Amino acid sequence: MAIIERPTDTPAVVSPDAAPAVATPATSYGVFRRPVETTGWKSWLFTIDHKKLGIMYGVVAMAFFVIGGIEALLIRLQLAGPDGTVLSADAYNQMFTMHATTMVFLFVMPMAAAFANYMVPLQIGARDVAFPRINAFGFWTFLFGGLFLNTSWILGGAADGGWFMYAPNSSVAFSPTNGVDFWALGLQITGIASLTGAINLIVTVINMRAPGMSLMKVPIFTWMIMVVQFLLLFAIPVITVALFLLMFQRSFDATFFSVEAGADPLLWQHLFWIFGHPEVYIIVLPAFGIVSEVLPVFSKKPLFGYPLVVFSGAAIGFVGWGVWAHHMFASGLGPISVAVFSVATMAIAIPTGVKIINWVMTMWGGKLKFTVPMLYAVGVIVQFTIGGLSGVTHSVAPSDTQQTDTYYIVAHFHYVIFGGAVLGLFSGLYYWWPKMFGKMLNERMGRWNFWLTIIGMNLTFGPMHVLGLQGQPRRMYRWTENRAGEGFFNIGFWNLIASIGSFVLALGVLMFFVNIYVSHRKGTQKAPLDPWDARSLEWITTSPPKEHNFDRTPTVGHLDEFFHRKYEDRGEGDHHDYHQVATAEEIVAEEEAKGDSHIHLPSPSYWPILLSLALPIMAYGVIYNIWLIAGGAALALLSMYGWGMEPHTAPDDDYDPPAAGTELEVAAHG
Amino acid sequence: MADTAVAPATGHDAHDDHGAHHTSTGLSNNKLAMWMFLGSECLLFGGLISTYMLYRGRHSENLGPDQVWDIPFTSASSFVLLMSSLTMVLAVSSAHRKDDRNTKVWLMVTALLGALFVAGQVYEFTTFYREGLGFTTSLFSSSFYTLTGFHGVHVTVGIIMLTSLVGMIGKNRVPGDKAETVELFGLYWHFVDVVWILIFTLVYLIPA
Amino acid sequence: MTVTDTDQHHDTHEGESHGLSDMGYVKIAVFLAVVTAIEVALSYTQDQLGAAFLPLLLILMGIKFFCVILYFMHLKFDSKLFGLMFYIGMFLAIGCYGVFLLSMHFFSS
Ligand code: HEM
Ligand SMILES: [Cu+2]
Repeated sequence: MAIIERPTDTPAVVSPDAAPAVATPATSYGVFRRPVETTGWKSWLFTIDHKKLGIMYGVVAMAFFVIGGIEALLIRLQLAGPDGTVLSADAYNQMFTMHATTMVFLFVMPMAAAFANYMVPLQIGARDVAFPRINAFGFWTFLFGGLFLNTSWILGGAADGGWFMYAPNSSVAFSPTNGVDFWALGLQITGIASLTGAINLIVTVINMRAPGMSLMKVPIFTWMIMVVQFLLLFAIPVITVALFLLMFQRSFDATFFSVEAGADPLLWQHLFWIFGHPEVYIIVLPAFGIVSEVLPVFSKKPLFGYPLVVFSGAAIGFVGWGVWAHHMFASGLGPISVAVFSVATMAIAIPTGVKIINWVMTMWGGKLKFTVPMLYAVGVIVQFTIGGLSGVTHSVAPSDTQQTDTYYIVAHFHYVIFGGAVLGLFSGLYYWWPKMFGKMLNERMGRWNFWLTIIGMNLTFGPMHVLGLQGQPRRMYRWTENRAGEGFFNIGFWNLIASIGSFVLALGVLMFFVNIYVSHRKGTQKAPLDPWDARSLEWITTSPPKEHNFDRTPTVGHLDEFFHRKYEDRGEGDHHDYHQVATAEEIVAEEEAKGDSHIHLPSPSYWPILLSLALPIMAYGVIYNIWLIAGGAALALLSMYGWGMEPHTAPDDDYDPPAAGTELEVAAHG
Repeated sequence: MADTAVAPATGHDAHDDHGAHHTSTGLSNNKLAMWMFLGSECLLFGGLISTYMLYRGRHSENLGPDQVWDIPFTSASSFVLLMSSLTMVLAVSSAHRKDDRNTKVWLMVTALLGALFVAGQVYEFTTFYREGLGFTTSLFSSSFYTLTGFHGVHVTVGIIMLTSLVGMIGKNRVPGDKAETVELFGLYWHFVDVVWILIFTLVYLIPA
Repeated sequence: MTVTDTDQHHDTHEGESHGLSDMGYVKIAVFLAVVTAIEVALSYTQDQLGAAFLPLLLILMGIKFFCVILYFMHLKFDSKLFGLMFYIGMFLAIGCYGVFLLSMHFFSS
């Protein structure tokens, strides 16, 4: 990565003409001047600042959340009454496929990546991630992959095989549009983003912790993110293999899934779920991390059994590799496999249960303060537990054979994904909003947001348990009155409730956007430095943090470092008696006063975004014209050369002369 | 690909007062990243090898592995790739001795051996194709070409990287620690060789 | 701490303070070549070897594999953490794909 000393870091006495205004190509290595602007669109497009990238991840993920949400509403409209006419069977298939794909790959994962990017370096006291340019590459790759995937809507139709895209149903014969091609290629592209992101964040956590921060002093969110990145690191290549096979099958007539040639459909299922089960923990563990940050803050107690939470997280990550075939109980695996995977699946509920107990124990006897982030965190405990319990019911194979492919499964995974992951992410949004944007989100609006969401989600997904146990198959595009059943179990009634619920839920989510607007209106107050009386390192700096995060690299002596700087323990022995000895303002002011004189920040770069751009070009090439692949590859190669030869130090004359005024003052602390 | 840039060796960094250049573990970011990438690649090639294993017996009567293999030829090309690992490690050695000339020479030899291997693979593929074994002929052929093709692409990418590296060393345009950059490329190259060690035995030598 | 770099431990990979001498590497390469030759020879005599053939070949393959990993890739001399990253991937691959093939009755046919 590039490491530079920004000219603006020198004290203000340096005369402005120390650096020439215009870059001379000869000294800036190659043709271009580095895009060192700190404001305007260029400062976003070429940035490699983890905070800006984090925000961009978040914004894009939210946009995809809206898209996926609209798709969900269309599905629920179609099923609200008998003989739905909103969607054709074909459109319905595309809708549920893209809904799931969008929500999983383009909303929940990138939203977690947003927090990971923004918070992990701050939580470990670093100035950026280990490979800032790769970080930028990851974001753009994700964005372009997501856009590529969604262009299928206007290019003949989207994928329609369900998010697990079982073979041979995904073959050209059964899915003749290019939808599945877009799907396979798009997910390969976003997979590259996840993989590079994973490597980057793991190296960051392993290697860039502040002095004194041993692994057992790493904040719990960062820990959970690290587990997730390991899961990604090893799960992404598995789905990549599957996607490649699928691509070859469809684009180059390979035979991997041609049953008539003797292919085994279980090949796809195994590859998909070897990836797929780790994936569900990739989805939910970041939210667990957020909840484990939020609960202690609003219970005024340290996290109960921190080492246990860490180890159970790691255990979930590990055992998660041995249970994939529970998604295949009904596929004729054979009795031994079914028995083994059934038991393994029951076992994984144990570390999950450990976490829930730890959370409850954290709250136990605490001074609970039900702010919006806290409400969401408690929401996770309640709603996720419901989903975990239905999960245990289908770990029992004979019971699962009744449930599989019914709405009962749909209920299960929505309780764990919406009730676990999404509520957790919202908790994080409310909790860290003041840190990221310097403004509090409105608490009253937040409560509307929360309660509408909770009521909506239970109305939507709760009835699905009933629907499933009544035998309504998932992915059924239409139901008829005369087979809807009687009385309490009339599926018409429950379908209607679910559809109404989905609009309540949508209203709830809408409240969030309204809240952003309300909270950022002119005249709203700037957020206090430490609005929640927080505990971890990311709060020992301004809100939003400066470009270099910390004026002085913090030295860490405790797990809850910030808390321990604010409070002194005057109790004796096991009895703790904390007294406030410093305010956040004082602590940050002290850090500022003792700031480092030399701060190295990586220089922005053109190459990450260019390299990312090459990927969708190649992908369009696979679908439409083989020569496009060559064009894309050429761009990729060019960008890699540019990247590889980019100097670590952007020459001073790539910068405009330090302008007198704000910019300089902010940075001149030495 | 690994981000190979490192800090300037000169300037104020040398007497930096806040220990900026010490990672928490004292290990190189780049090498750690490379090893993680290789760990991840295990699952990529593992998946392809398993697919091949599952399907190697599914073909028409006279176009299966045991009929088409040319073991002496493949042994020779395996030997070539194996030796490229030796030249690669010699390049790394030279780089650590700051001996640019020999580094370049060994890197070039490595790339040439790699190219020889790829040429062998192209020859092998065309021969099989003439014998009637196309990519779409059978489950066996699809999975065989995919697995070895993937490996071949890895070698080709390696060759491009090696030749580029030679050029960059020649023009003194390697950002950062040159020896480590060479070492990183070496890790990648050896890994590709290791994968071939597996493929050679599992795919070619053990009869289906 | 800032974005880090890698030239801080000249002490660990300076010169030949770890790893083998060039001659050592040549010896390993010769050994690898010989093992490969043995493998190929074995493949021509599998009828005589019977049940011993498969394990023998797999063992030789493993030896070659680890020779490259441990010596050429310096894992024997480098930090254990590097090895850990690689071995996790390796064992997950062997484990998951092994179970997958097992459940597909690959080993029993
Ligand atoms: C207590 C822990 C859990 C257990 C025991 C469990 C068990 C299961 C089982 C056995 C299935 C397969 C049911 C079938 O298709 O017949 C399943 C499906 C599913 N689970 Fe879980 N699960 C647990 C937690 C989670 C979590 C945390 C998530 C995600 C955040 C999740 C997401 C899913 C999804 C998405 C599916 C459906 C996949 C599909 O068919 O499309 N599960 N679960
Ligand atoms: Cu699962």
